[in-house]
Formats: sequence, C-alpha cells, structure tokens
Amino acid sequence: MSRIENAFKNGKAFISFLTGGDPDLETSEKLIYAMDKAGADLIEIGVPFSDPIAEGPVIQEANERALAAGCTTDKLFDMVARVRKNTQIPLVYLTYINPIFTYGKEKFMKRCRECGIDGLIIPDLPYEEKGELIEICREYGVDLISMIAPTSHERIAMIAKEAQGFVYCVSSLGVTGVRTEIKTDISEMVDLVKNTTNVPCAVGFGIATPEQAENMAKVADGAIVGSAIVKIIAEHGKNSEQPVFDYVKSMKEAVMKA
Amino acid sequence: MSKGRFGKYGGQYIPETLMNAVIELEKAYDKYKEDPEFKEELATLYKEYAGRPSLLYYAEKMTKNLGGAKIYLKREDLNHTGSHKINNVLGQCLLAKKMGKTRVIAETGAGQHGVATATVAALLGMECEVFMGKEDTDRQALNVYRMELLGAKVHAVTSGTQTLKDAVNETMREWTKRIDDTHYVLGSVMGPFPFPTIVRDFQKIIGEEIRKQMMEAEGRLPDAVIACVGGGSNAIGAFYDFIEEKSVELIGCEAAGLGVDNPKNAATIANGSEGIFHGMKSLFCQDEYGQIAPVYSISAGLDYPGIGPEHAMLHDCGRARYVPVTDEEAVEAFEYLSRTEGIIPAIESAHAVAYAMKYAKELPKDKIIVINISGRGDKDVAAIARYRGVEIYE
Repeated sequence: MSRIENAFKNGKAFISFLTGGDPDLETSEKLIYAMDKAGADLIEIGVPFSDPIAEGPVIQEANERALAAGCTTDKLFDMVARVRKNTQIPLVYLTYINPIFTYGKEKFMKRCRECGIDGLIIPDLPYEEKGELIEICREYGVDLISMIAPTSHERIAMIAKEAQGFVYCVSSLGVTGVRTEIKTDISEMVDLVKNTTNVPCAVGFGIATPEQAENMAKVADGAIVGSAIVKIIAEHGKNSEQPVFDYVKSMKEAVMKA
Repeated sequence: MSKGRFGKYGGQYIPETLMNAVIELEKAYDKYKEDPEFKEELATLYKEYAGRPSLLYYAEKMTKNLGGAKIYLKREDLNHTGSHKINNVLGQCLLAKKMGKTRVIAETGAGQHGVATATVAALLGMECEVFMGKEDTDRQALNVYRMELLGAKVHAVTSGTQTLKDAVNETMREWTKRIDDTHYVLGSVMGPFPFPTIVRDFQKIIGEEIRKQMMEAEGRLPDAVIACVGGGSNAIGAFYDFIEEKSVELIGCEAAGLGVDNPKNAATIANGSEGIFHGMKSLFCQDEYGQIAPVYSISAGLDYPGIGPEHAMLHDCGRARYVPVTDEEAVEAFEYLSRTEGIIPAIESAHAVAYAMKYAKELPKDKIIVINISGRGDKDVAAIARYRGVEIYE
C-alpha cells in the first residue's frame, strides 16, 4: 500500500497545506511535524512560484514571502529529505508546471523519489497536458494527482478513469481562499468520480471552519485546507507551531465526526 | 501531444476550471470562422468602424534621409482607438457575443488593448472589466481614464511586479471566478490554445493588406517586414501572409530595455529559455528554478517576460529573426519619425522603427522594407518627455 493510500485508511482524511519556506524552511519543517502530530493524514507542500495563477491573495503572499526568504526548489527538496527521516506521513507537492519543467522533469522526479515526495498536484497541468509528465511520474513512482472542478461536468469520468493517489475536487469557482459558503453540489461531483474509480476524493478550496470540513468530509473522503492555515502562519510567523497544531487538531476531529 | 501546437510550443496549460471554457471557445471559433454572416459582420466593422484598410505609406523623406532601402509604413496607428489591437478585439467580442457572453474581461499593458476592448464592449453593449498593473496605471494614467470614459471598470493590479504579466495573472484568476457569462479577450498571440490561433487569425489582415497594397504600389512583394514583438500580435499579423514567401525577410524587434546584458530588459528571444507559463509552452525570461523574471522596458506594451508560441517556433526554424532594441534606440526612433515624417509612433512601434533605421542603411536602394507602425504615440508623449528630463503632467 502506498503512503497516499494510507492517508485514507483511517476514516475521513484531513489534508493540510503549507507553502514551503514560508516564513522560512526551518519553520516549515517544524510545522510539518506539528501537523503530523495533530492528526493530519497527508501534507501538501506548496513549491513557491513567482506567478501562482490558481491562488488567491493569501497563498500568493506566502509564495512571495518564501521566495524573498530565499527558498529554492533544491533547498525545499533538502528540507523534505530531512522530514522524511522522521515521519512516514504522505507528502505531496503542490507546484506549477514551470518549476518542474525548468528544473528538468527527470531530475525533479528523481529528487521526489529520493526525498520521499509521494505525489504532485499541478494546477496548470490539466488532463489534456498530462502527457508532459505521466510516464516519468510512473517511472519514479510519483502519483500525478488529478483535479476536477465545478465546471468539469462530462470531463469527470474521463479524468477519474486515469486518476492516481486521490482526486482533488475543487469546491468552487475561482482561486484558493477562505469562503463563507460553498455552493457547489459536491456530492454530485463525488458520485461521478465514484461511478468510475475507487480512488479517494478529497475536497479543497474555500474550507476554513470545522463545520465546513465536516460537511465536505460527509460527502467525500477528505477535506483539504490551505489558505486558512497559511493565514495562521502569516500571523504568527516563526511561532506558528502551537496555533497550527491546535487548528489542525480541531479540523481532524471535525472530519472524523463526518 | 495536446492540441494547438506550433512545433513543440503552445498547448493548454491552464487550471481544470477553465478547460471547458477554452473547449467551448474553440468549437465556437471553428463554427463562426467559416460562417458567411459572421465574416460579413466582421468585415463591415473593420471597414466602417475601425477604418480598414489602414494605409501603406511610402516614407519618402525617411528613405532619402537614410539613403538605403525604400521604406513603407503600415499605418495601424490610424485605426480607430489608435492601434492594431482593435482588429483582434472586434473579432473576439463579436465571437463572444455569438456565444451568448454578456461580459468581457481583458488584461492590458500600455492600455491599448484595454482601450480597444472597452471601446468594442461599448459598441456591442457588453459589460467590460480591464486589469492593468499598478505601475502601468501610473505611467498610462490617461488610458485609464479613457477606458473609464468608455464605461469599463479598471482594476489596478498590485500583485507581483505590477505590470503586464501580473495583469494577465489577475485576468486569468478573474476568469476562473466567473465563466458562464464572461469571455476573456486575450490581447496577444499567447495564452492557452485556441487564443494564439484566434488572435493571429484576427490580426493576419495586416499582412494581407500589405501584400495587396505593395503589389499596387510596387508590383512586387517587400524584401523585409519589420514589427515590434512583446507577446507578438502585431508582428504575427504582419508576418503571417508572408511565411510561405521565402524572399520576404521577417524581423521581430524585442524590447532590450537598458540593454540585453543589463538585468533590466524584456528581450525574451535573446535571453529567454523554454518554459511553460500563462497557458503555453514557449520561451520566457526566467531563472534556473523557473521563477518568471521581473522584466523591464520603457514600453509598457512590450514589458512582458514571454513571447507567443508561434514566434518561438518561427525563431527556432529560422523563418523569422528577432533583434533586441534598447530604450534609448526606441526613444531616438520615436523622435526621428516624429520629426522626419510627422508621424508620432507608439513607443512599442518605435522599437521596429529603430531597427529599420539601422537595417535600411545596410540595404541597397532597390530593396523595399515595410515597418508595421502598430500604434500611435500620443499615449507616450508624457513618458518620453520625462525620459528626456522634461516634467510634463498629463
């Protein structure tokens, strides 16, 4: 069983995000341990990028902070390699395609395998462009995680059929960021996935409160939270460990109630 | 390999949320591009509203002064709204309207594309929002007010480098928020397929007219066509009809800012490398980790870290060549054309004029070159004055 499959083994999963290197790599490392201890089932690490077009202001600013603090793809891999020595929690990168392409696709995947990155979420690599990476991902045992959106409709079956790891259900139109209300019929999206595949579905975009997480976990296999956590990190900086631990713990408890 | 490739470049590297929108756009375009009624409507708008065909003007004084090749100017600056941008905007807005869209959004650098979009939205009764980098709303304040006057809402983009690249980011983000009633009028031959193809097709009229007008004036094709390149829409428009005519040299002039060896430049062909950004695989100014470079040019319209995928292909196969032109050379050409021919070109177009001034001198008198004057320079007068140390307030 792969590490990503493990994430969905113990009931509903809570997937927790942080931007790598925000505010610095030492803090990111500590935050990953804190999230792990607090019960996160999988951790998504954002590879900082100059132009993250799928992100709202909160994560855009985290990308800017991380780059300004000197985080690079190489330094981030080194940090992940250290983390991997201390925990078996599934780790995936959220990255745009250009940092992978420019680094060298094969070199990037080799480093993923060496450092213990289990999968990749790439917001600007839709189904039609998967060919860019799919073979090299397979060769190095890195799952290429598919996304589906409220606008996907008839595309869902096609995407789900080839899904690996888990399916990332984008809850709402627009970019990442906290929302007061999620209007999309998530259960309909999840049903369309489930008609085709047994790969788990996790819902992300806009989730911030335990109630929202619980509601999403009721209709899917897990909930993904990014901006709400990044906000805490933006506020507390190097002293984010405790508040992030408390928040993740409350969110994991909420999804377990679902 | 996916759809919409120019050699290895192009593609559709965009969020899943937008995929159905670009598929729907492609289908609609395929349907309407051959539709006689659509073609007739667009032709009428080009003629009656935009003022096409634009003139091909023999620049006699400039030719004599430089003493080399015969120089013609393709006067896209005479189009309604003052640039070639209207060609694409009329096509896309008409298409969007046929698709049932009631709202258009657009990015803009210098403001030319934003003004054209606001204009056509007003004409066709569509809601319009324009995204413009904060740095550009400052240096092109007049164009901001012009767009507002036309009924558009202008958003100053404060993320990243606050220029054209960030305006594109923000317009793409806005499109993912509201898709059903909204069309993104992309302003150049870039972005995900089908945009590079659609924009080229709406701009290729420039080259088709050059061919016809040149045959009338000289009875033969030109020896070179020279245009400025940011994303590359006026250049591809001028080049496209001549790609199969191997005797016609195609030359793109990119913005070298303070110089190609100075970090403050936007010369993608000279300094860029292969990458994937803004929906396309192409060449980009970027660092070793794929972080997009904060580029610079005096020209807001050329201040972009990438180039359209078809240009990247034309460069690779050697069919077109691309030369860097500095701020200083462009400003000198801006002043030269104003004094010599009484034509004030856009600072973007002045990059093409600058290279043509050098190149014409190298050629014998029986050669003919065409410079695409993609836009007029009224918008740049205050910035050029400031560049020359004259404090003018708009």
